[in-house]
Amino acid sequence: MKKPNVAVIDYGMGNLQSVRRGLEHCGAIVTVTSDPDVILSASRVLLPGVGAFQGGMTELCLRGLDKVVKEVAAYGTPLMGICLGMQMLLDESEEFGKTAGLGLISGRVTPLPLTTITGQIQKIPHIGWNELELPKGRKNGKGTILEDIKSGDAVYFVHSFMAAPTNYDDRTADVIYGGNLVPAVIGHENVIGCQFHPEKSGEVGLKILNRFLRL
Amino acid sequence: MANIRIISRLDIKGSNLIKGIHLEGLRVIGLPNEYALRYYLQGVDELIYMDCVASLYGRNQLGAIISAATQDIFVPLTVGGGIRSVDDAMQALRAGADKIAVNTAAISNPQLITDIARRFGSQCMVLSVEAKQVGLNQWEVFTDNGRERTGLDVIAWVKRGVAMGAGEVLLTSIDREGTRKGFDLSLVSAITSEVSVPVIASGGMGKPNDLIDVVEQSGADAVAMADILHYSRATVGDIRQVAKLAGIGVRAFEET
Repeated sequence: MKKPNVAVIDYGMGNLQSVRRGLEHCGAIVTVTSDPDVILSASRVLLPGVGAFQGGMTELCLRGLDKVVKEVAAYGTPLMGICLGMQMLLDESEEFGKTAGLGLISGRVTPLPLTTITGQIQKIPHIGWNELELPKGRKNGKGTILEDIKSGDAVYFVHSFMAAPTNYDDRTADVIYGGNLVPAVIGHENVIGCQFHPEKSGEVGLKILNRFLRL
Repeated sequence: MANIRIISRLDIKGSNLIKGIHLEGLRVIGLPNEYALRYYLQGVDELIYMDCVASLYGRNQLGAIISAATQDIFVPLTVGGGIRSVDDAMQALRAGADKIAVNTAAISNPQLITDIARRFGSQCMVLSVEAKQVGLNQWEVFTDNGRERTGLDVIAWVKRGVAMGAGEVLLTSIDREGTRKGFDLSLVSAITSEVSVPVIASGGMGKPNDLIDVVEQSGADAVAMADILHYSRATVGDIRQVAKLAGIGVRAFEET
């Protein structure tokens, strides 16, 4: 099989080394880049990111990469956003005032609930390993990046905001935090978002990256 | 309650993994990434790399070690020691760190906490606090790996650091560090009851049961440990098993 060629978008945010290594470990040829031509010609595109929404969108737009990501999505190339990269796929965020996102999946980014369902103060940020839950009505992760994942498999989260799609069908998996359901994986056609860090989620995370390369 | 995290803390001097007592009298253990990989394969939830002499020399030498670690370790890495600016933080992140722990530089320039949090997000900014007991339920903040006093009260300083943007607290008891006598439960309780960000308890893990005490009695969200793993007195798997039997949530992990 030809090795998948993945562009990891570099827009000045966070740790790109681990995403690169994770994908390489799964057999991809990876280019970390902000060059639109390289991004547009890749067979898979990954939008990483840690940090604040507004800062992320600003850095992306400064480099003209917002338009490039939209083009990638329109071409039908599999596009995966991780963490902040996932949140930016939505229409807008409430982090530090309202900021427009890329609008590739209908929905909004809102703060994690400040209390648990039993009314206790919730630890924010949500940091740590947590199990993935399939939303009601979904029997398995077939045809998604979760195809190889078993019930009870845990992945690593670190976030203070959550990306909530408008359409329930766009929720591929949730995570329960303080009793509240929080979207963990979202997807709409070729556009996928992962709230957790597959590149930091051990062997389970590598299985998810591997599946992304083979979608 | 969320799963607690089992974290291996790797204290580094130059290119070596070292271990001290009360953060002093450092002994060389071996090569950091050999140990890191072993713990990763045992299912450790995170790794903390702490450059013990960085503040003293004004530079951090962890870049190459972190970069090498990311080749085959796929869990979060926190890097601390000698981070004095947003640029230093950026260098560490570029090398493959996920979180930055700041102690000494945050004391002399608290604004650094806010600057790092704004640039990379609060989740990236770990406030590292070295605490020494100075009275009943009173602890003083130390810097430079337990060498310098600051006159600051630990509880007040942690609250300030969190208000300025720290997203997590790495709380090290100098009194217990390296002693295997268990965690300073009063210290950890004093902090977890005051802040809503996750708290990592560090210093004193002598046996797997110590983890149960600091989680159940003091509300620690994560537990950092060093010599219990370095000297193979227990594996990460042993510790996870003890936690699980006590009803403490830990991540599911299958050893291969």
